[in-house]
Amino acid sequence: MKNYLGKKLLIYLLTFFLAVTIDWLIPRFMPGNPVQTMLARAALRPEASEMLYSYYIKAFGLDLPLWQQYLNFWNALFHGDLGISVYLFPEPVLNIILRAVPYDIFLLLPAIILSWIAGNNFGAFAARKSWLDNTILPVGYILTATPYMWLGILLAWVFGIVMDIFPIAGAYSFALRPHLSWAFIKDLLWHWFLPFASLFIVMFGGWAIGMRNMIIYELEADYSRYLESLGAPRKLIRKYAFRNAMLPQITGLALQLGVIVAGALATEIVFSYPGIGYLILQAVQNQDYFLIQGCFLFIIIGVLLSNFAIDIVYVLVDPRTRLGMTGEAS
Amino acid sequence: MKIRSLYLLSLVAIVLLVLSACGQAATPQVVEKVVTKEVEKVVTKEVEKVVTKEVEKVVTKEVEKIVEVTPEPSAEEVTYDRAETLYTSGKQWGPPTSWNPIQPWAYATGTLGLCYETLFLYDPLTNEYIPWLAESGEWVSDTEYELKVRQGVNWTDGEPLTAADVVFTFELGKLESVYYHSLWNWLESAEQVDDYTVKFTFSEPLYQEWGNLLYSLAIVPKHLWEGRSEEEIASGDNLPPLGTGAYMYETHSEDRMVWVKNENWWAKEQLGLDVAPKRIVDIVNPSNNVALGLILQANLDLSNNFLPGIATLVKGGYGISTWYPEPPYMLSGNTAFLFMNTTKKPMDDPAFRKAMAYAIDVDQIVNVVYGNIVKASDPTGLLPVWSQYVDQDVVDELGFSYDPDMARQILADAGYKDTDGDGFVEAPDGSKIELKVIVPFGWTDWMESIRVVASSAQAVGINLEPDFPDFGGYSDQLYGGTFDMAINNFGSNMSNTPWTFYDWLFRNPITEQMNNGNFGRYDNQEVFDLVVQLDKTPIEDVEGMKAVMSDIQRIQLTDMPAIPLWYNGAWAQWNSTYWTNWPSAEEGAPKYLPITWNGYWNMTGLLMLTELQPASSQ
Repeated sequence: MKNYLGKKLLIYLLTFFLAVTIDWLIPRFMPGNPVQTMLARAALRPEASEMLYSYYIKAFGLDLPLWQQYLNFWNALFHGDLGISVYLFPEPVLNIILRAVPYDIFLLLPAIILSWIAGNNFGAFAARKSWLDNTILPVGYILTATPYMWLGILLAWVFGIVMDIFPIAGAYSFALRPHLSWAFIKDLLWHWFLPFASLFIVMFGGWAIGMRNMIIYELEADYSRYLESLGAPRKLIRKYAFRNAMLPQITGLALQLGVIVAGALATEIVFSYPGIGYLILQAVQNQDYFLIQGCFLFIIIGVLLSNFAIDIVYVLVDPRTRLGMTGEAS
Repeated sequence: MKIRSLYLLSLVAIVLLVLSACGQAATPQVVEKVVTKEVEKVVTKEVEKVVTKEVEKVVTKEVEKIVEVTPEPSAEEVTYDRAETLYTSGKQWGPPTSWNPIQPWAYATGTLGLCYETLFLYDPLTNEYIPWLAESGEWVSDTEYELKVRQGVNWTDGEPLTAADVVFTFELGKLESVYYHSLWNWLESAEQVDDYTVKFTFSEPLYQEWGNLLYSLAIVPKHLWEGRSEEEIASGDNLPPLGTGAYMYETHSEDRMVWVKNENWWAKEQLGLDVAPKRIVDIVNPSNNVALGLILQANLDLSNNFLPGIATLVKGGYGISTWYPEPPYMLSGNTAFLFMNTTKKPMDDPAFRKAMAYAIDVDQIVNVVYGNIVKASDPTGLLPVWSQYVDQDVVDELGFSYDPDMARQILADAGYKDTDGDGFVEAPDGSKIELKVIVPFGWTDWMESIRVVASSAQAVGINLEPDFPDFGGYSDQLYGGTFDMAINNFGSNMSNTPWTFYDWLFRNPITEQMNNGNFGRYDNQEVFDLVVQLDKTPIEDVEGMKAVMSDIQRIQLTDMPAIPLWYNGAWAQWNSTYWTNWPSAEEGAPKYLPITWNGYWNMTGLLMLTELQPASSQ
């Protein structure tokens, strides 16, 4: 066990180092220049703009040779300093992320987990009944192939504009100030519902289809047939098949949870929901090196952690992994 | 078992997050005894910096003030009354992160205008300077300008505004990191004569530029800014901002900026002006579909976004209005130019550039791409507010209009012939011409417009293709001088003087990186000198300005360094459900700019707020 985890940990550390390096490198190879982009928005007088350009290039340390910038970056990183955003000057990157990410977690965590549970159960259930399978399969495929954005706009139009039940923009009413009261919580959930629903529906389709396919595959597997020929009750076979079919779904779940920090770009734009997704897009478009680095750093950490979690969860839920480890040790 | 615990987990997560969302904000709510909160924050900031004695003074003063301004019940503070709130959108492209008027590219909507104020306001529609924080100002000699600061103006912490604040603000510009630093190349000194008089002495008076600064520089409070380091002044977020203006900072979040009315605003008493909305909530620009939805539902009162197809809504009786009820609907805000790289062949040939000018079917851009919400540009590119400066004789003689035959003729006369029979002309030396015109990817209206430009050029035999690099690639090519042709309008904005426009169009000296205008690297010392001469012409000397500009226009239309195509609108559309008496071209309506962008509040945008009327009162 120790050996297994140690090896994994080493690989993760190496991956982290490489991923962060690439994360640092790529924005700097993009054409353009963040300070230019920042000042272009100001419509300043040309002299002013030129003067500020040289000032801020220096202030952001972009006048240094690349290797120096790279070393400074790691140095700052170990001090917990992600730098100052260029696009959202002068806000520190860490603040931006910490303010925006709660909205993503609030939106995505329930959407992912609930759709995962519902989708898996429904997929497994559907695989048992051919009439349900015949209807659910096409519907599931349509749902999972639906672009988030399209479904989002559709929901906003029907429930927001036509029926006027749900609001179409924002995380809470523009007429409210956050405070602890039922009115505010109700408003928060009211604004949350449509973006959540659009995510839930699309994800639900994906999980249901995946589960249904896995179950059918498992039911065709040798061990199921063997059990069947032994005369085991159908329920028991189902139970075994379900457990086996769960494994890839767990991986899928962990990976989804790992990229929560990346937000849900399309949904956030359609509903003007203030998460990190839109900010990442803007950061890339504005070549905000520091904000891009910061966001992707959290995504890298998220993905690595969730992968690590999968490794551990597999040991717990899949006896074969345990067997493999003892085999290795002996 | 496991499934049930997952259910539980997600439920717990939701509850925790809802609570934490409320919790974060609950803290300000507790402190939320209206003005008290503002004051307390300022005071604590003081404590960190200033000597204790001063702090005590400030504190006692503030406490007195608080007693005077009896706070309203705080229950009202968490929900804004729709009838008293103005919802705007258009300026803010990301979460508000700066309230520092020294950062014009970053500060939140209204930082300058609503909170910090300027010495004058400028009205571009009447070409008038309206004394604001200044009572008056005049040139007492060729190199001396005397400014009378208005008496009886208070900062929102109760301190009076004096000449010392004005001098302090101008002297901030001595720091290299402050955007108006170059002012000190031609300003010699700013002296405080008495409490309400400042004398500026110039080494080389640039009258036009000075006029521009008078209405665009935010005066900041000396007593709060004095102890700040250069870094804090240049890079601080200055939260909470404290100015003299009609509004005070209330709160902000990821998707909004909220200003609350300053009940003790000086202009109430002194000018008899009062702003109507109790609160202004500026919403971070949503996507087009959301912006349209919000304004149709009257959840947004004023939108300063470019909304394609808005003309249909104005005509269709949806309760949405614009400045003009018919084309072009909007006031013209800036001029979109086609820049041609004069360091490259064949754009180095004035004949070729002229042929391009005749070739482009601007009407198609105006009618088809924009659906008539923009106007075709004058051949000089001068905005309608500057039309008095257009020398019509020069335009009649040298101006151009859409005429493909003329374009073909000019090309043929200059020796451009199709020698290899591919339908496109070759250069006089026989080399092939293959050109690209660029705009940033995603700027959909511009993308459509260069498709028109390209097909117009192809129609007269010029092989020109549209290309859409991302903004970074676009700016690399444009600023670095590797492009062939490109659309740009960044420096052609409405202002008090066409000098800003020419300074951008003929930016010099020509350097490797041209980040701010003259992207085509048009090199002509004669016109550069004329632009400087214009800057040195007093703003009252309209005839003198016209004479210089006539010469500039002659050179411009002869050499055609860049082609003015159309005027982008000062986009503004509003819904009158909750607020009425919007400024517009209609008779009897106020004539102010209904624009919330940076630099427009001080071009009469603020006065719009004094004219608005709540719909319920009628």
